[in-house]
Amino acid sequence: MPNHGAYPLRSLEDLQAVAELGRQRISPAQPKIMIGMATCGQAAGATEVLEAVREVVAQDKLPYVVSETGCIGWCSQEPLLDICIPGRPRVTYGRVTPARARQIIRALPEPKPQWALATMPGDENTLTGYYTSYLAGEDTPLRGVKSYRDLPLFKRQLRIVMRNCGLIDPASFEEYIARGGYTALWQALRTQTPQQVVDGVTKSGIRGRGGAGFPTGRKWQTVREAPGSPKYVICNADEGDPGAYMDRGVLEGDPHSVLEGMTIGAYAMGASEGIIYVREEYPLAVARMKDAIRQSEVAGLLGANIFGSGFGFTVRVVTGAGAFVCGEETALIRSIEGKVGEPQQRPPYPAVRGLNGKPTCINNVETWANVPVIIARGGEWFASIGTPGSKGTKVFSLVGNIENTALIEVPMGTTLAEIVYEIGGGIPGNRECKAIQTGGPSGGCIPASKFNLPVDYDSLTAAGSIMGSGGMIVMDDHTCMVDIAKYFLGFLEDESCGKCFSCREGTQRLKEIVQRISEGHGVDEDLVLLEELSWMVREVSLCGLGQTAANPVLSTLRYFREEYLEHIHHQRCPAKVCRQLITFAIDPVTCNGCGACVQVCSGKAILGEKNKLHTIEQAHCTKCGACMDICKFDAVTVN
Amino acid sequence: MPQSELGQIEPLLQEFDNTRANLIPILQQIQATCSYLPQEALRRVARKLQVPLSDVYQVATFYRCFSLKPRGKHLVQVCLGTACHVRGGQKVLERTQVETGVDAAGTSADMQFTVEAVRCLGCCGLAPVMRVDKTTFAHVEQTKVRGLLTRYRPRKPATSEAEKTPAVPAESTLVHGGDHA
Repeated sequence: MPNHGAYPLRSLEDLQAVAELGRQRISPAQPKIMIGMATCGQAAGATEVLEAVREVVAQDKLPYVVSETGCIGWCSQEPLLDICIPGRPRVTYGRVTPARARQIIRALPEPKPQWALATMPGDENTLTGYYTSYLAGEDTPLRGVKSYRDLPLFKRQLRIVMRNCGLIDPASFEEYIARGGYTALWQALRTQTPQQVVDGVTKSGIRGRGGAGFPTGRKWQTVREAPGSPKYVICNADEGDPGAYMDRGVLEGDPHSVLEGMTIGAYAMGASEGIIYVREEYPLAVARMKDAIRQSEVAGLLGANIFGSGFGFTVRVVTGAGAFVCGEETALIRSIEGKVGEPQQRPPYPAVRGLNGKPTCINNVETWANVPVIIARGGEWFASIGTPGSKGTKVFSLVGNIENTALIEVPMGTTLAEIVYEIGGGIPGNRECKAIQTGGPSGGCIPASKFNLPVDYDSLTAAGSIMGSGGMIVMDDHTCMVDIAKYFLGFLEDESCGKCFSCREGTQRLKEIVQRISEGHGVDEDLVLLEELSWMVREVSLCGLGQTAANPVLSTLRYFREEYLEHIHHQRCPAKVCRQLITFAIDPVTCNGCGACVQVCSGKAILGEKNKLHTIEQAHCTKCGACMDICKFDAVTVN
Repeated sequence: MPQSELGQIEPLLQEFDNTRANLIPILQQIQATCSYLPQEALRRVARKLQVPLSDVYQVATFYRCFSLKPRGKHLVQVCLGTACHVRGGQKVLERTQVETGVDAAGTSADMQFTVEAVRCLGCCGLAPVMRVDKTTFAHVEQTKVRGLLTRYRPRKPATSEAEKTPAVPAESTLVHGGDHA
């Protein structure tokens, strides 16, 4: 990060000088090419695309700027490449390959309509409240390419947490400031007392985004009033729920928003030290956060006497070691202290006695990222969004059997139907939607018939699931609910820390029973036993993991009892998933003997010469279904 | 424990203060350097931090990222998050185990591969997902596993048995990003 001579930053004017540099980076005078380089982008091939773009620009000596950006959330279209030409709408290209990237670049300065997904005529910054138009004159639409404003995936979204994701280079401190970053920190430190900051957060009505939904303002007030020094603030970025990656998106796409939120919180609560606890499965998020901390230290926004206010704060990153239970706050604290991550009895709550026995505020990534906006726009503004009991927006990862797999942010109270059918574009392949799983292993499956449910903390709990951290896994009729219950129980059995007997043994026994049912050996009494045992695990276990461990069983039993009974009474898996209850066969009429299935068969169970009919020897079949996946002629059937 | 590993660990230990909170970061460093936690290293850590060896062992066995046995040259992590599960993650894991020939502990006899299931790599939009060493691969259906692993196998003489087995059809050999039709 270049030192502009303005560091350490002391005033709003200093910030504005940096913001001007950031604006020049965001909207340079030359055409700019942006590539989404979050982990998911890289997995889809963005690194190769970036290399190809850099190569073309260097080879052809093109006067273009090449930049990285975070995840805009359009996961199904990764890798994404954007072209920003001064005075014109930004153009997004999807599923870009290095070859396509070269063609797109060589066609410039006129953007190719081919492969273009959408155009963006401007963006609304929820932090400042201002809309920035990219246009110099008329909107010049690309032939046949829709505007972001008209795309169902984006038009319902309201981006507070993800305000900068996919718009800025996450490695650029200046670009963050150009989008209004750190003005909320200045405002808090220089124009408000700590109590006023807490009051603003309380007024906003925001509840913790990690899953449990505890009112953030109340937690802050408790920590503020708790005796003891030093106090700590912790960012819980141990995003362990399978199927959820909102936090990764924010940490990788806009790390400073989390840092700024934490610094504001620390000022409000009188904390001097901050820790960001990131799971080790997110190496890029760790690197981005460490870079951001270093930049803020250089600029004087971390360390002693921030903005000349006399307030000092430091932050460090602690990397998790791979334990799901460490997402629970008391286990997380134990892990930071170098111990095994076993949850502790509450109270005392960490707000009173937390890390090293001192008052500690633990909030989730998304909660922290909301804070600068709450301060900048005011608690009342934030409270005007959402439902009476759940304020603001929520980021969801919409994945599974859905057309638009995406990271989306919508106001609380949006219905599941709107999310799945409008934003998500429905189920691919004209299949039927069966259920949506929310809340990770602590959550439950909500059937498609209940999709008119508004998404907020209380409605989801009433439906037998929970909001959780925001993973939404859509399931079509190829998903077996008994198998899903078994999957989550297997997860929890593995991840139970073992401290409470009820959870350690209970999850094992629950899994055994469900396993038995999935193998066709279940009896009617098993369902009664499942419910009884579930009740016991919930009532007797110490922490959230155990208390909610039965939710996947209970919710599937509640809504999909028929499916369990089908396994028990008829040894039949309607979704054709449970291996002991299905057989694969090759249709003699359709099979043309291409031999593809023979090669992929994991049990060497397929017989037959090339160009002749193939058959499956059932005794050797492992039911992996690879033959079915590879057959281009739909000759493999399952029953 | 080979002398070379010990030689790497000593300077690594010097970088940390002797506080208990450093236990996990130290073990992570050793794991990153040696690809596992050698017994002698655990002893030295216990001595350095003045904590009982049993405490160090408890932490080393509680957390998933640590291994007490040497790992293969390539670490293959198959994601079993929910999104990957509904898109066939379990089958991908089984296929990977068969293709690499790993034992129940997850490591192949030639020490080329260690295969493990991971809870969620957070790339759910691209499920099923697999990570080999530091590279994450998208859309790795079970039929693509063999092709993907080819580049991580040791080069073999042209006449070996491996060359004779028919290759997976070309279109399912995975290049980053998978099937972008």
